[in-house]
Amino acid sequence: MNVIETHALGKTYGSTRALNDCTLAIPNGHVVALVGPNGAGKSTLLNISTGLATPNSGEVTVLGGYRTGSLPALDGIAFVAQDTPLYKNLSARDLLHLTRNLNRRFDETYAKQRLGELGIPLRQKAGQMSGGQQAQLALTLALARRPQLLVLDEPMAMLDPVARHDFMATVMTAVADDGVSVVLSSHVLAELERVADYLVLISRGSVQMAGDVDELLAQHRVLTGPASESERYTQQWNVVHESRATLQAHLLVRCGSTTDSVPPGWEAHSTTLEELTLAYLRGPDAAALPGPARARNAESSEVTN
Amino acid sequence: MTVDKGDSGVAVPPRVSPIEFRLDLASGVPTYLQLVHQVEHALRLDYLKLGDQLPKVRDVVAELAINPNTVLKAYRELENKGLAIGRPGQGTFIVATLGQVALPELTELRRSLTSWIASADAAGLDEDGIAALVANVLRDFRERRGGTADRGGAARQEAEGVA
Repeated sequence: MNVIETHALGKTYGSTRALNDCTLAIPNGHVVALVGPNGAGKSTLLNISTGLATPNSGEVTVLGGYRTGSLPALDGIAFVAQDTPLYKNLSARDLLHLTRNLNRRFDETYAKQRLGELGIPLRQKAGQMSGGQQAQLALTLALARRPQLLVLDEPMAMLDPVARHDFMATVMTAVADDGVSVVLSSHVLAELERVADYLVLISRGSVQMAGDVDELLAQHRVLTGPASESERYTQQWNVVHESRATLQAHLLVRCGSTTDSVPPGWEAHSTTLEELTLAYLRGPDAAALPGPARARNAESSEVTN
Repeated sequence: MTVDKGDSGVAVPPRVSPIEFRLDLASGVPTYLQLVHQVEHALRLDYLKLGDQLPKVRDVVAELAINPNTVLKAYRELENKGLAIGRPGQGTFIVATLGQVALPELTELRRSLTSWIASADAAGLDEDGIAALVANVLRDFRERRGGTADRGGAARQEAEGVA
C-alpha cells in the first residue's frame, strides 16, 4: 500500500508554478523525509496530500487509493502544519474538547495521559506555553486521532535542541507502538539522518530522488583520486557531484552495485544521507528515481555534470 | 548525544538491560552499526553476559529519538551474527559471547602490533596516519577475501580500536 501516491501532479499559484509533473509513490510503514530547497514545493505537496489544497492537474490518492478529502482519508491522516498552529487563547483542555468534537475518532485517554507525562497542565492556554510545549500539544492532538499517516510540515523549525529531541522521541515512540507512517519535511538534514528510512527529494516542483535510505546510500559512493584522471572517469561514471582541486578530486557517483571495481589510485568511501542530499540539491539536473514506474526513465535521464 | 529526559516528565520504566546505547552523531557510522558495535564492545568488556536482555526497542527509540526500524535492524544484525535472539513479546537476549582470540595468541598479536606501531612511529607516521593506513590495509584485506562491504564503518571502527 502507498500512503501517498501522485501522478503528474501540477499546482500553480497565480503565475508561480509550485508543482510540476510531480509523480511519487510513498510506501506504507516508513518514516519519510521530504527534503528540498525553499520554494521547491514541499508544503504544496503536503497540503495537497492532506486535502487542504487542490491540484490544477494530475492525480493524487492516499492510504492505498482513497481520494484526498474522503472520509477514510480525513480519518486516517493527521497533519501538523508549519509552526504547529494552535488557538492561542484556548487552554489545553479546550483544545482537546474541540479536537474530539471535530473528529470521528479521538483517544482522549491517550491525549490526557500524554499531556500528563509531558507536564503540560490542562488549564494552561496554548499561547502561554513554551514553543516546545506547543509543538508537543499539537503533536499529541494529532496522534490522539490514531492516524495511519502522520504528516509534519517543518515541525521542528522553531524548537530548541532539547525540545526537538523530545518531539522526535514522541513521534518515534508512536511509530514503535502503533506502526504509524510518518512524512515530515525539514531543512535540518543531520536530524533526518537519525529518523528517516525513506527519502523524497523535491526540486523545482517535481521529484528528483526518492527511495529507501539504505538502498540510496548503498547505490552511491564517494571516489577520491587524482584530479588529472577525474575527467576520464566523469565520462564513465554517473557523477552526481564533483569537487576538484588541482591535484585531488572527490566524485560522488551513483553506481549499479557496491562491488564495482575501484580503479587503481582511487579510494572509495561510503556517503551519508546529508552528503548525498547536498550533492543532489547542488546538482538539480542529476536524478535518481528508483521508485516504481520511474526507474527506467531515471536511468536514461541521468545527467552527468 | 543522550539528552537527559528527567525534567521533561516522560515516565521512564525500570531498566531491564545492563547496557544503554548512545549515539555519536559526528562519527559518520550508520546508526544501526553504532548499536551493533556497542553491543559487541559491551560483550568484550563483560558488561553483557549470556542471557542478558538488550534494551527494549521502545526504550531505545524514546531515549535516542531514532527510527524503531534502525533498532530492529541492529538487533537483526546481532541475530545474524548469532550473538542475540529475539523472543516474541519478551525482547532480545544475548545467546553467545564474542569469540575472542585465545589469550596467548592475543598477547603475541598485541606484541607484534606494538612493535609495528613503533616502527611506523619511527618512520614518521602520526596517530592519524597509522589509523588511516590500518583502515586502508584492512579494507584491501577484506576486499581480497571477498568479505561484505559495510560502507567503511566497521573498518574505521576497527582502526580506532587499534590506534
